[in-house]
Amino acid sequence: MTTGPMTRTATFLGMPPFPVAARKALADSQLRGNLRDATHTIRTKRARVAGELDDWEQLRVAGAAIKDDVLANLDRYLQELEESLTAAGATVHWARDGAEANQIVVDIARSHGVEEVVKVKSMATVEIELNSALEAAGIAAWETDLAELIVQLGNDLPSHILVPAIHRNRSEVREIFLREMGKAGMAARPDLSDDPADLAGAARRHLREKFLRAKVAVSGANFAVADTGTLVVVESEGNGRMCLTLPEVLISVVGIEKVVPTWTDLEVFLQLLPRSSTGERMNPYTSTWNGVTAGDGPQEVHVVLLDNGRTKVLADELGRQALRCIRCSACLNVCPVYERVGGHVYGSVYPGPIGAILTPMLRGVGTDEATDALPYASSLCGACFEVCPVLIDIPEVLVHLRGKVVDSHRGGVPAALQAAMSAASWTLGRSGRLELVQRLAGLSGRVLGRGGLIGRMPAPLSRWTDARDAPAPPRESFRRWWARTDGGRADPGSPPGTPGKAREQV
Amino acid sequence: MKVALFVTCLNDTLYPGTGKAVVRLLRRLGVEVDFPSAQTCCGQMHVNSGYIPEAIPAVEAFVDAFAGYDAVVSPSGSCAASVRHQHEMVARRSGNPSLVRAVEALAPRVYELSEFLVDVLGVVDVGAYFPHRVTLHPTCHSSRLLGVGDRPERLLRAVRGITVVDLPAASECCGFGGTFSLKNPDVSVAMGSDKARHVRESGAEVLVAGDNSCLMHIGGLLTRQRAGIRVMHLAEILAATEAVA
Repeated sequence: MTTGPMTRTATFLGMPPFPVAARKALADSQLRGNLRDATHTIRTKRARVAGELDDWEQLRVAGAAIKDDVLANLDRYLQELEESLTAAGATVHWARDGAEANQIVVDIARSHGVEEVVKVKSMATVEIELNSALEAAGIAAWETDLAELIVQLGNDLPSHILVPAIHRNRSEVREIFLREMGKAGMAARPDLSDDPADLAGAARRHLREKFLRAKVAVSGANFAVADTGTLVVVESEGNGRMCLTLPEVLISVVGIEKVVPTWTDLEVFLQLLPRSSTGERMNPYTSTWNGVTAGDGPQEVHVVLLDNGRTKVLADELGRQALRCIRCSACLNVCPVYERVGGHVYGSVYPGPIGAILTPMLRGVGTDEATDALPYASSLCGACFEVCPVLIDIPEVLVHLRGKVVDSHRGGVPAALQAAMSAASWTLGRSGRLELVQRLAGLSGRVLGRGGLIGRMPAPLSRWTDARDAPAPPRESFRRWWARTDGGRADPGSPPGTPGKAREQV
Repeated sequence: MKVALFVTCLNDTLYPGTGKAVVRLLRRLGVEVDFPSAQTCCGQMHVNSGYIPEAIPAVEAFVDAFAGYDAVVSPSGSCAASVRHQHEMVARRSGNPSLVRAVEALAPRVYELSEFLVDVLGVVDVGAYFPHRVTLHPTCHSSRLLGVGDRPERLLRAVRGITVVDLPAASECCGFGGTFSLKNPDVSVAMGSDKARHVRESGAEVLVAGDNSCLMHIGGLLTRQRAGIRVMHLAEILAATEAVA
């Protein structure tokens, strides 16, 4: 048995931009099948349990309003949280960025001389790549959430907020367990089947050994109640609770936007989160703790309050609504883009629609191609906004961020699209200019079109015509027809009150 | 009531038949519709691609063309949604308060075709005849941004001779998404291919929608696949009568 760090922890850094990565993911039919089945199952469950509540829409409005109040008064609530936590015996640390937060956690772990920590599923610690930092300090970080364990043992990356191993099927999980568990601790039995209960049993035996041995645990928090200093973790497996109760030292890394004012506010989110997330009325395990309780649970409790770009998001008047996010992943499960490409292609711990707005704001746009591609990774269909439990208008923020991406690249030599957009802007500013372009298009349609359709065209139009026919421009635009026939009154082919010809003949 | 047709740049340029159908339909219902020739485009292509200042001329042209009308009707849920939900933001970006005021006053008077028929004219049976088996793609912007609900379907079901069949997974996006179809062509086509498969599974002869942009995408896939299924704008079906159909 080894307690040393695992081999390299995988990273999202340096991944190709969305359109390139998406092309590869789309070709993986196993992945597409897994994702379609999983997302459709969860989305159906969510719709059913959200539909049960008469006050679901009011809950959404309340959730958004509470978070907006928190964001508008974040300074005050954070100070209140710090005071309550400190009074309850916790030590509060402030971290400007991931590096600071990681150093704080490493220093605490080192002060206890440990070579390993157990971890509760936490988005914030994946965001700051804490496991890599611990590994570099010679400390192994064991993920104890079943799906995170699958991801970690497979030296893989999470592809979903709620179900990080959604891209794996059970036979892949069996292979990973057989191959990797022995290297990280208790091995799986060689006769392990791919039956879910059997796989869960192997994980239970593997993890239990770690729970019982670990001196230090690391968690995140779904919510931090300001007036009582209570941290809250919402989970399904109970493995989180093992980490939160068994070790002597507990370190929680909490994004500063996780604060809620009171337990009354918490009540709203404890209804919204499980129904939106797993499609359950209530999640199986909700753990809450207030600092240190003598003789019960961890006797040394640390809370690291993490900024890491959140105040930058807060400064964006329209974009700040993304900080309402409670990481339910409902937007991923209904997104037609996510469903087809999965989470890895977003190149971030936050995939799907919420990731497409949150990641560029946390990182800042205009610096690298992969980040700038994210706001464009959406057809703006609006399915995400329809299900968001805290009413984040994701399509609105996507468009807003597209504007920021474009603005950040202004001033240099115009790229092809920018030149085309400028030309179109000029054309569409005056109807006479539009008419001129239409007449040219009508001429080209007569040259290129067959039966009203255009087949294959050269790049960049091949992006359309590789898989789709394009309509050939008609001989006469609508405005020319209107002018020629006095609005159809003088059109013998189309007198008022009679139907038009089929589209192909127009 | 002075009613103007906002035909949209796409229909004006590529699908004039849809504009003609709206004119015929409304005239049959007793509404004389104007076509203010100063109109160009809603500017959505620019806004949704991130070129927000470049959309200002289109918004100005829209206000110039339509400010004098009581109602503006458009055979596009997407363009009507752009006017109602994006023009104000673009106008603010222009820094011109009078443009903001003009947009605020005009936007609520802009209707998508099914809204205009059902809500303003109060008709569901428009006297159309179309003896074919059709299925309806509700389009994301009509259903999610405008909230047209079942208006298009009620209008279709009132057409004489028609058979309306269900489209599996109807509410899912077809993957057009404006410049999304060019910036992320592979994902766009993957989504569109699933939509086209659902259309084939529906058993319909004709796919109907209130937006020719979605139909250009789905129809382009269907003809490439030689599926033998036509696409038609809702207006063209509602304009059809027994006389020649």
